[in-house]
Order: sequence, then C-alpha cells, then structure tokens
Amino acid sequence: MNLTLKIWRQKDSNVRGQMVEYKVTDISEHMSFLEMMDVLNEQLVNAGDEPVAFDHDCREGICGMCSMYINGEAHGPDRGVTTCQLHMRMFNDGDTITIEPFRAAAFPVIKDLVVDRTAFERIQQAGGYISVNTSGNTQDANAIPISKHAADEAMDAATCIGCGACVATCKNSSAMLFVGAKVSQYALLPQGQIEAADRVRNMVAQMDLEGFGNCTNTGACEIECPKGISLDNIARMNRELMKASF
Amino acid sequence: MSGFFKSSIGRKVAMALSAFFLMFFLIIHLAVNITSLFSENLFNELSHFMGTNPLVQLVLQPVLIFGVVFHFVMGFILELKNKKAQGVAYARNNGAANSTWMSRNMIYSGLVILAFLVVHFADFWVHEINVKYINVQPEDPSRYYHELVEKFLPMWRVTAYVVAFILLGLHLAHGFTSAFQSMGSTAGRKATLQKLGKVYSIVIPLGFIVIALFHHFNH
Repeated sequence: MNLTLKIWRQKDSNVRGQMVEYKVTDISEHMSFLEMMDVLNEQLVNAGDEPVAFDHDCREGICGMCSMYINGEAHGPDRGVTTCQLHMRMFNDGDTITIEPFRAAAFPVIKDLVVDRTAFERIQQAGGYISVNTSGNTQDANAIPISKHAADEAMDAATCIGCGACVATCKNSSAMLFVGAKVSQYALLPQGQIEAADRVRNMVAQMDLEGFGNCTNTGACEIECPKGISLDNIARMNRELMKASF
Repeated sequence: MSGFFKSSIGRKVAMALSAFFLMFFLIIHLAVNITSLFSENLFNELSHFMGTNPLVQLVLQPVLIFGVVFHFVMGFILELKNKKAQGVAYARNNGAANSTWMSRNMIYSGLVILAFLVVHFADFWVHEINVKYINVQPEDPSRYYHELVEKFLPMWRVTAYVVAFILLGLHLAHGFTSAFQSMGSTAGRKATLQKLGKVYSIVIPLGFIVIALFHHFNH
C-alpha cells in the first residue's frame, strides 16, 4: 500500500517542532507499524536526510518503549496493542497517517517522536517496591497463602508496562492509571502491606510533583492501555490514600 | 489530613463530596417543586416552611451556597491545573474513540449550569431576599405558587431552563459515577452505579423540565 505520513519533527527539546509530510510506497499489510517506520527511515537515510527518531526496543509488546500517537490515538487505532504490535493491515491504501509524540508537560519531547518518560521512573523510585531482606533468611514468597482472586488482580495490575499511553491519551495528562496499577499490585498482596501507607503517599506526592494532571474519570486511559489496566486500580489507589491519610 | 486535600486525589475527593451534597440537594429541590404539579396548597406549605424555617435558612442555605461556590471554584482550579499539565496540543486527537462527550466537556456543561444559576438566583433567590430582608413585605404563605407560575409564563425563560437542564443531565450522566469512582468505589458496584447514574441523570432534569413546561402551557 502507498501512504502519506504526517510526522512531528523536532530537532531537540529546545526548539519548536512541526508536522512534516512524507510518502512511503509498497508497504506490506503484514508489516508492523515500526517496520513501516524503518522503511521510511531507510528512504530518508538513502536520500541523505535525518531519519525520524522514535523509541523502540523489544518489538514484542512487552517492554513499553514504543510510544507513538497515531491518527489521534495512543498506539494507534487497534485495541490492546503497543505500536510495535500494530499492523499495517489496520490502514488502507492511500491513507494519510498522522504520527505525533506522546504529549504531556511531564513528558517533554527529546527529539521527533521520542519523549522523556523518566517521570514514571521517579514515581516508581518513590515507593513502587517492597523491601525484602535478602541476607539468606528470606522467607519463600510461596509460603504465604494468597487468594486466587487477589493474586489475579495483583497480576493484572502488574502487567502495566509503563508505556505512558494513559498519560498521552488523557485530556488532563493524568498518570493515575499508571500509579494506580503500581500501587495496586502491592496493595493487593500481603508482602505489600507493611509499606502500603508510605508507598501510596510518596508515589502520589511524586506524581503531583512531576506535573501530571488530575483524573476526571473519562476512562480513555483504560480503553487505550495496551495491557487493559482497569480504572478499578485508580479507585483502589484513592482508597489506599484515604486509608493512609485519616 | 490537610496534606490529603492538597494532593491531586484529595482535590478529586473534595470535588466528589461537594457533588454528592449537590446531588442530594437536587432530589430535595425536585421533590418540593414537583408538588406544584398537583397541589397548590402543598407546594405553598413546603415553600413557606423552606423559606421561614431557621434551620433551613440559617444553616442549610449557607452550606448550600458554600457547596455550589466550592464545586465551581474547585472545578475551575482543576481545569486550569489540567490545562497546564497538557503541554503542546495534538495536531490530531480522536477523543471520541475512547471517551464520552459528557466526560470530556464537564467544564462546558458546568459553565452552562453556572450561567443558568445566575438567572435562577436572580429569578427566585434575590426576590426572596428582597421581600424578606430588604423591602420587607407582609408575610403571605400563599404567594409561592403564583410566583412560580408567573416565572414560567415567558417562553424565553422556559427555553433557557430546558436547555440548562439538558446540560445538567449530561453533566450528571458523567458526574454521578465519576464521584463514586473518585471516592474509591469498589469494582463490584460499578454496574449498579452506572445504572443508578443513568436513572438519576434522566429523572432529575426531566422532572424540572416537566415542571417548567407544565406551568407554561397550563397558565
């Protein structure tokens, strides 16, 4: 298929970017979106132009690195997939595809489609862990009984890959689905109870400090999340913070 | 505790608490007004009680005014903070793909409701304050029904009320379940709350619309 691409080009974080139009031809419908971008970049390199910078790593939908806003949606029009797992069969010959970086004041553009998502790492560092004695006397985690329901819910929350699609798609640039998932995956398990109050207080404080917006429960994040993280995690985080504060 | 209400989640909870209070008030308001459809006397009695009872006038009324002002001011503060968090706008954004119009435009439905409240306060509340405290009129417990009917005679006012109540319905269609979600409502209650929210957001505005239309076309 032949496509017209409108891509955000920005030299670095200090200059203003703009949309630039490119044409790509003979794109197979079996290609992933990133492979289509590779074809474009080969074309640009061969012509002596600067290739389009974009984040990618595993290309298997599990690392959370790819991050494009395609035709007005985070990770494009397909559901439950990251950009690397989005296939060109979702588009039609002759389409014009708009490709932008994830937008949020807390996710500044580094170059072209690459944004700085280290705010998520700082939120994780503020409390997204459990402290375990690893001196050799560590208790076997499987020795603590956990109900199937709690284990499943914790696992569902833990499938968040921290890609930032929730922030990118939120009209308020809120990070509450990400933080809610990270708070929940520990809050649901006995191992997470000891530090539960400090965890939620510190992670929410860091989230606010990073400049993310306030959730207004539109539910867009849940729809666009490639891992299907539920809004229930935000409600749980709210409960956890209330419990920790009163 | 003060730290909690300074956090993003604390502000959401404060918004939800004021919303619960206002939603409860709407039920009371509709329950009183709906009596005007079938009993002039009952409506006058209830209105007279509301207008003269010291608990309602000196405690509940100031709390209500505070609740309304708080909900609007906090709504504007959150909107400004959220705008600041957004950064550069998307060249193409398909909001309809993942969220309802109501949920994305609470500030606009809220602004219409605010404009309506200005008219509503000028219509009823300012008049009440005037006859009770400024140009004091002799007490007349039967005046309320006629004042209500008189207000709904002009078509422009009925139209404005209907439009405002449709927007109120859209505001509530998202706001009802959103308030429970902000308060940390559990997953098991989601389906029930969504159904309740639908019923509430239709019944309340429709009730007020019926009252306005009834008095316009029957007098």
